[in-house]
Amino acid sequence: MEIILDVTDLHIEFHDHDVPEVAVEDFDLMLGKGEIVGIVGESGSGKSMSALAIAGLLNRKSLKKSGRIMFDGNDLLTCDRKTLRSYQGDEISIIFQEPMTSLNPVKKIGWQVEEPLFIHHPEVTKPERKEKAIGMLKAVGLENAEDVYNMYPHELSGGMRQRVMIAAAMIGDPKILIADEPTTALDVTVQAQIVELLKRFNKERKTSIIFISHDLSLVNQLCQRVIVMQHGNIVESGKTSDVFTHPRDIYTKRLIAAIPRIDLNT
Amino acid sequence: MKYIIRKFGMMITTLLVVSVCVFLAFSIIPGDPALRMLGTEASPELVEQTRQQMGLNDPVLVRYGRWLTGFLAGDMGTSYNYKVPVSSMVLSKIPITLTMAIMAFLLTVLISIPLGIITAKHEGGILDRCIMVANQIIMAIPPFFSGILLTFVFGMIFRLFTPGGFVNYTDDFSRFIRYLFFPALAIALPKIAMTVKMLRGSLIDESQRDYARTAYSRGNNTNGVLYRHVLKNAMIPVITFLGMALADMVAGSIVIEQVFGIPGISRILLTSISNRDYPVVEAIIMGIAIIVILVNFLVDIIYRIVDPRIGLKE
Repeated sequence: MEIILDVTDLHIEFHDHDVPEVAVEDFDLMLGKGEIVGIVGESGSGKSMSALAIAGLLNRKSLKKSGRIMFDGNDLLTCDRKTLRSYQGDEISIIFQEPMTSLNPVKKIGWQVEEPLFIHHPEVTKPERKEKAIGMLKAVGLENAEDVYNMYPHELSGGMRQRVMIAAAMIGDPKILIADEPTTALDVTVQAQIVELLKRFNKERKTSIIFISHDLSLVNQLCQRVIVMQHGNIVESGKTSDVFTHPRDIYTKRLIAAIPRIDLNT
Repeated sequence: MKYIIRKFGMMITTLLVVSVCVFLAFSIIPGDPALRMLGTEASPELVEQTRQQMGLNDPVLVRYGRWLTGFLAGDMGTSYNYKVPVSSMVLSKIPITLTMAIMAFLLTVLISIPLGIITAKHEGGILDRCIMVANQIIMAIPPFFSGILLTFVFGMIFRLFTPGGFVNYTDDFSRFIRYLFFPALAIALPKIAMTVKMLRGSLIDESQRDYARTAYSRGNNTNGVLYRHVLKNAMIPVITFLGMALADMVAGSIVIEQVFGIPGISRILLTSISNRDYPVVEAIIMGIAIIVILVNFLVDIIYRIVDPRIGLKE
């Protein structure tokens, strides 16, 4: 399998207070083309931090980062901003936990979905952009795509907004899609639809996905490999089926034991 | 469209309420206008006759109706003191005061928005800190005092204008504007300082929101995030403030006209108040009220254009 992303020894430290706080330590991740890797762990385990670092969104001065994030022959941690930006939204996309606030409230949906094209492919004309955006909105399951194109975020439900986020993330046909707890804020039926949508994109477009969640059953459904994190460290990683059936680490065992099960016999 | 019609209806209602208040206030205030006109020496018969002539003996509602219809037709009554129609006294002065207020407003917008963006963009930098210190000082200086300072510095030291001089707009419009520049600046200065501070804070807040992070994730650079995403959101509270500031500037120009010796509406207003020349005072108050309410109406419409969420929440 072709490796498209290689993260080694990623280390992230906060310097907001007198004592530096370690958010992520010795994080390694190899992502193959068309692969879905899950990162699980409780809040504060460093899983979102790692994802934001890969997406190039940790630019605060109070953060110290080291290690390497190799993509397309460049180290995303050390390459210049311009190179990083040329990947963002085009080769590497990200969707977030909060679809309610992740869209700009005063811009139309169509405008926001088209934006990555506008930034990265100025050669695409306006009518072509619109056509592509509407096609994308249809692809994420918004049936009245032409209407949605002219709507504002507040006119859509949470699930619809997350679909819009996915449409905007996928419009540039990225190599990597990072999904940072994309279903946490949604209700269960919508969760399943979003997961199905990600699966479909992965299959049809060979998009590699980094799926971050604290929901182990979702990770089990979706991911080929899984990384378990605790306190900024990777405690276990491997094929999802192996990790779930034979967890080696005590923390992983506890996480798996905590999955709620419906037992019809009792 | 429905929104605009509703807001327009609200505007008309507010104007009517204001007109009732203004009219009633001057009906209740003690003092007989007829007696004032004729002087205390006048015979009771003559006073009574004048009262009849002026229609002061009619019921309040009739007098209000007459005043309102007259006002709408452009007839604001007759000045008690000068025995001339109020409209002839006021209408020629309104453009002076209004021009000054509008100039002050334009100065505020043109100066404060770029400064707000610069300070927010370089938050914590030297430029930001210098501007914020200057801001703090300017905010604390009342317009009449900055008016005196401006007259001293630009009028007497640099001789950019003649203190106390004035050219009417009917004579030479460009010189009229030039004379009004420094008074307008004096009115604008504290508003500029406040707007800069507000826009800066608003921009900094908005750029930390989730949608700004989304914008970065799509490959926007700092300017892209600022101008394409954050600015419009950050302007929403600033627009409200600017609307209030414009209304305040119209009222604030009264003091500044005194400082710079500009024969605008304030001179008539002040003499009319001390002479109890109520028709003139009523007309000016109504004029200011109309401007304030009209500005509010415009702000509501601009608001709706900037923020698509407005109007649906109600």
